[in-house]
Amino acid sequence: MRVAVLSGKGGTGKTLVTVNLAAVAAPSVYVDCDVEEPNGHLFFKPGQVQEEPVTVLIPHVDPAACTGCRKCVEFCNFNALAYASGKLIVFDDICHSCGGCVLVCPEGALSEKDKAIGCVQRGTADRVEVYTGILNTGEATGIPIIHRLLEQSSLEEPLHSDSEQQPRRADGEATFIDCPPGSACIVMESIKDADYCILVAEPTIFGMHNLRMVHELVTLFEKPFGVVLNKCLEGENPSEVYCVERGIKILSRIPFDHELGALNSDAKIVANESDVYRDAFRTLLETVKEEVGHEAAAHS
Amino acid sequence: MIIAIPTDNNVFETDVSASFGRAPYYLIYDTETKESTFVDNSAAMMAGGAGVKAAQLVVDSKAEVLLTPRCGENAADVILAANIRMHKTLHKTAGENIEAFLAGELPHLDEIHAGHHGQGER
Repeated sequence: MRVAVLSGKGGTGKTLVTVNLAAVAAPSVYVDCDVEEPNGHLFFKPGQVQEEPVTVLIPHVDPAACTGCRKCVEFCNFNALAYASGKLIVFDDICHSCGGCVLVCPEGALSEKDKAIGCVQRGTADRVEVYTGILNTGEATGIPIIHRLLEQSSLEEPLHSDSEQQPRRADGEATFIDCPPGSACIVMESIKDADYCILVAEPTIFGMHNLRMVHELVTLFEKPFGVVLNKCLEGENPSEVYCVERGIKILSRIPFDHELGALNSDAKIVANESDVYRDAFRTLLETVKEEVGHEAAAHS
Repeated sequence: MIIAIPTDNNVFETDVSASFGRAPYYLIYDTETKESTFVDNSAAMMAGGAGVKAAQLVVDSKAEVLLTPRCGENAADVILAANIRMHKTLHKTAGENIEAFLAGELPHLDEIHAGHHGQGER
């Protein structure tokens, strides 16, 4: 079971939900796909961390072979190439690694070389395997890192093993994917292989608009999903109204609670600290399992 | 000598554009013939890499001098590779800046900002 947790904006509680679900589901796998600001590891504090760099291919020019025809400059949609004073200039940080310039070069003057854009870390904490993706500052996109993260986390071989890669572990062991905020390409990459999506929403009009964004996304991807209403207060909850009006399954309501806020901002896993929250996240886990089970039954 | 200036409009009375890479036009001025031509900046509305593309347009115009209020680092890499000198505009209109440059009153542009690349995506 692979469950992705997403929201239309940052700060709604994606990491809170993902970390605590992974904690109560242990043995389990936690994957932090929020590669621009991964913070799940702050809660798990994993040990035995192994790190593997993630690279992309960028063009490398052989000045002796370049005739200055500029086919590559014209081809590049991202303007990562320029030609001045008889020299081709490559802008590594603008390049999106499409490889097109290498294909269009009639002289064979362009080849590809590796460029590191970040890394994938893997460690363990209390029977939770913790995967963290880290994108270097200033890089164009974290998608290659997310791709590597999801690939690695679905295999049972260690990161540095040379042996054949085998499909993962027993069915019972669940993977929880902490997505980046929003609904852009990096989120699509993160939910692509998920069996189920949890949308986390705040009880404000703004929160409801952000919920709508991710609701549209999971609908487009035809993913089964449910909503966790976070920071619930007395009174009107526009996100709840949004769900009720559309018949969207509400999986859980997490109160706007001082104790939870204090523990969470202290990088504590609330399910490990408080009986109330352990029960709440266990109940949420059971609800999600049931939902995933229904989906599996409906499609078999 | 050929001078390039990012401009808001394609008439000689135009103001200098506040941005180099996303200026709608470049005025290309020939000091010998006193002729002005305008180049449309096809990069102005692009999602990314506008500075590089705009700099390529200026290089291809055969300009020897660029008068601009500011310039990002990627654009500057291309401009400097083509040995184009950069001077900082101090006046509102393109014409005033050309006159000031010819009178030796415009300083070299030394401050190259880090650029805005990568901000149009995500």
